[in-house]
Formats: sequence, C-alpha cells, structure tokens
Amino acid sequence: MSNAAAIRPGRPALPEWVRRLPEYLMIWVPLLLSAAHLISFSLWTIWISFTPSTLVPVSGWVGLRNYTAVAASRNWQIAFDNLLLFGSAFVVLSAATGLILAILLDQRIRGENALRSIFLYPLAVSFVVTGTVWSWLLNPGLGIQKLVHDLGWTSFKFDWLIDRDMAIWTIVIAAIWQSSGFAMALFLAGLRSVDADIVKAAQIDGAGPVRIYRRIVLPSLWPITVTVVVIQLQFAISTFDLVRALTNGGPGIATQLPALVVYDLMFQRSLLGRGAAAAVLMLLILLAVLLPYAAWRYVQRRRALHA
Amino acid sequence: MRDHSFAPSRIWIYLVVTLIAAAWLAPLAVVVLNSLRSNEEIAQGSMIGWPQHLAWSNYPAAWSGFCVAETCSGIRPYMLNSALVTIPATIFSTLLGAIAGYAISLWRFRGDNWIYGIVTLGLFLPQQMRLLPWTIVLRDIGLINTLAGLVLIHTIQGLSFTTLFCRNYYVAIPHELIRAARIDGAGFFRIFWRIILPLSGPILIVTVIWQFTHIWNEFLYGVTFTTGQQQPVTAALIALSAAVADIPQHGVQSAAVIIAALPTLLIYLIGGKYFVRGLTAGAVK
Repeated sequence: MSNAAAIRPGRPALPEWVRRLPEYLMIWVPLLLSAAHLISFSLWTIWISFTPSTLVPVSGWVGLRNYTAVAASRNWQIAFDNLLLFGSAFVVLSAATGLILAILLDQRIRGENALRSIFLYPLAVSFVVTGTVWSWLLNPGLGIQKLVHDLGWTSFKFDWLIDRDMAIWTIVIAAIWQSSGFAMALFLAGLRSVDADIVKAAQIDGAGPVRIYRRIVLPSLWPITVTVVVIQLQFAISTFDLVRALTNGGPGIATQLPALVVYDLMFQRSLLGRGAAAAVLMLLILLAVLLPYAAWRYVQRRRALHA
Repeated sequence: MRDHSFAPSRIWIYLVVTLIAAAWLAPLAVVVLNSLRSNEEIAQGSMIGWPQHLAWSNYPAAWSGFCVAETCSGIRPYMLNSALVTIPATIFSTLLGAIAGYAISLWRFRGDNWIYGIVTLGLFLPQQMRLLPWTIVLRDIGLINTLAGLVLIHTIQGLSFTTLFCRNYYVAIPHELIRAARIDGAGFFRIFWRIILPLSGPILIVTVIWQFTHIWNEFLYGVTFTTGQQQPVTAALIALSAAVADIPQHGVQSAAVIIAALPTLLIYLIGGKYFVRGLTAGAVK
C-alpha cells in the first residue's frame, strides 16, 4: 500500500501513481481503445450515413436520403425478404435439428462422445470452406444431381443452386449443417440439468417417456430455446461469408442478403453514404431482436432474485 | 449408473443417429476423397466418388503450384499470412483480455462496470458498422493492406470476447487470496503472475482456442483490407474458385480446402472439450 515505499530505506519514494503507471497502462489502454473504437466507429458510420459521401467520406447533410434510396432499391428489398425467409427457416430448422439430436444423444447411447464430436465439427471450419464444399455438392452438374444421373436415374432433379426461387434454401441447408451442433450442445446441457427427482417421481406415477418429455423436460428447455434462437438470428442477420462462397448472391441477385448489400455499396459501387445507411439498417434489425431479448433476460433475472 | 443397453426397441435410435451422423460426415468425406482424385477423373463423373487412382499430386499442387491471378505460388503464402495474423492476434488479445478481466473482477476500480459493459457490446456490434472507420483508420496509420493491420483489428475486437471469458472466470476466485497477497506487499503484476496465471489454465485454453478459430476463419476483414499476396487463406480460397471458374481443377481445389481447414480442425480434435466450453460460455453471456 502507500506506506510500503516509505518503509523501504534508501529508495526515493516515488508517487503512488508513478509506481502504478505500468498497471494503469496495461489495464486502461486496451480497454479504452476497445470501448472507444466501438462507440466512435458506430457514431462515425451513422454520421456517414447522413452525408452525401460516395468515393470518399465528405461532410454535408442529406437527411434520410441515403436510407430512402437503400430501402427503395431492389437489391435491398430482395435482401430483406431473403433475410426474413432465411432467418426464420434457418432458425426454426436448426433449433429443431439441434433439439432432436440432443434428445437422441440423451438416451444413454453408446458412442455419445464420438457422435457429439461429429455433429459439432462443422463449427470448427470457416464459412468459406462450408460454402465452397456445399457449392460443389449442390451444383447440379457436379454434385448430388450428377451422381444420381450417373447412377441411371436421369430424370432426377435437384438444381436449387441455379433456381432463382429455391437458391436461398441452399444457404439454409449449409447453415443448418454448420450450426445445428451448436444448438445441440446447448440443448444437451439443458437436458442434463433437468431435475432427475421430478422425472423419477413422474415415472413412479406411471408416466411414459413421451409424456415425461412433453410435460416436464421440454417445458424446462424454453429459456435455452430463446437463447438458441436469438444467437442463431444474430448469425443469420450478419451472414456474409457463407453466401459469398456458396452462391455469391446469385443466380442474379436471388440470394442477396443485407451484409452483401452493404459490402456491394461500400466497396464495389463506392457509394459510402448508402453503404453506411445499409449498415445502420442492419444494426436496427439486430436491435429489433436483441433489445426484447435483453429486456426478457432482465425480467428473468429479477424474478430469479425475488423467488 | 448409466446403462448403455442395446435392447431391440432402441435399435431405431441408433439407426437414426447413425444416419444423421453419416450425413454430417458426408461433406468432409467427399472433399477428402476428391482431394485424392485427378481433375480429369472428377470431370468425367461427379464430385461424389471413390478415387480410382490415388492422385497425391493434388496436395503439392495446392500447396505451392497452382496459380491465382498470375501468381503461381499455391496456397502456401496465404496460409503463412493467416498464421502471421492469427498467432500474434490470438496471443495479444488473450493476454490483454486476461489482464483486463483480472483487473475488473479482482481489483475493482472506478468505472470498471461501465467500461466492461461497453467493451462487451463488441460481441453484438455487426462488423459492417466498423468497416468504413477501420478502412479510414488503417489508411491513415499506413496499415492498410498489411498483416499488421489485421493483427491490430483482431486484437482490439477480440478483447470483447477475451475480457468477458476471463472476467467471468476470475470472479469465482476468492478475494481473500488477493487481499492476503496485497498485505504481503505484492503488487498488481506480481499477483497476476504468481497467483492468477497459475490458476488460469482452463480459461486460457478456452480463450486461445476460441480466438484462434475465429481469427483463422475470418473472411470479411481479410477480403476488405488486404489484396493479392497479402490476403489470408479464406480470401484466397474465394479468389481461387473465381480464378479457376473457366477450367475447374476440383481435385486441386479440394486439396486446398482441406489444407485451409486443417489447422482449426486439428485444434478441434485435440481440444474439443475446451472448444465446446468456449462455445457455450460465449452463448450464456
């Protein structure tokens, strides 16, 4: 403490704050850089979204013109519709797949660890790799359709990758493959924490496994389900790499998503103002998911405190 | 006691689980098999097939042979770029995050909750909100199109995760331990080095695995802030598939995909338990 320096003889007593300068620097410099970049970069992007910036950021004020231009563009409209479809289909299907896998793995089966590793390994590879591999499998001239044709069933058709109406589903498939394991891991942890005594009591009362799942186990999982859904939605909203590698937004612009529109406006068309506006719109979509979730978490915590 | 029974009524469970597991492994199997088939063999059939002759030459070709945009150096320089970004950024962000987490959880200082709250917002802020400012900042400090620029970005952004992981781990350490050490005259760094670090094994493994996997697999910043020979391997893979669109070389491309995915897959195989722990710890923030 402060008198420690005074006790030691023969050393000049440096002021406390000088002695502690290294630790202040090590704590504050990284934290302040991190916090400052989060706040200032957000404000900066928001500011650019209200300026007439094109190739380089310029000052000036155009009000909401960038926003209306983005919202009126076909590119954004398709991206937004795709996000609604992709987001809901992917979230529902991957949560369902994860839940089914978790329930199956919870049946005291042999090889549980190996199976769990198999369902989780896609999370270790990049979306670029996932997208590339699935673009081969789903390519009608290379992958599954070609294989079935070569085997003799020549009328077989599985060409979603080049079908404007179905192409978005190829992204759903690849995304489910990549991240159902994550939902499984969370659900499995939830299943393992169900109160064994309650289950045993229900068994003694003569309840069958289906009834126990429906009445006791699944209801206790719903807080985890909310978490899974929110995290998967967060992923869906910012999906970029996967689409870049799998369809690159095509055929045409059929699989466009907001993150691709942002990149396209900022770095391919050099419309910085509009690109920034699209990024802010992405943030708003994200907040529409995260703010209710934060409120829900807050209520849950308070309830847990008062219980 | 858990009974791993093989009763006939449970056969269907094994059947379903095995089928799904096969479907999950299929993409990996297809790429591994393709990486051992010649480009001609794949061109004659489909990408799904058993190699007739093992074409090991795909691997040397992918590693140092094939050409992307007039540079015929294979995937090697891009793998090196990814390593030169991922390893330093993982070390810096983990170390700084551990110190920050330690200070916030065990030293408590004025404004600690505020700064912690803001830093963890970084888990949610989309990358798209930071793209333009980073472009401008990197250009102004002369780090655009350099690996050092990517290291800087990943270190600062990684802090959100590493601080959160470490802080949540360190809050469980009893304060008496720190108080006793302070009375004995130990300072901030001494306590960190002698007491905290030896207790930090598990959380540092989780953090390192998480950061390494994320930075290695990152694509958007790589493709935005670097070009040509400076790109990380994820961006190079995309450039490769665009470059060979006219004359596909699927055998070589498959080998390139395997090589690019190998570091994180190996880490997953070795540290699977910690990998999953990071995943769930990140989820229950």
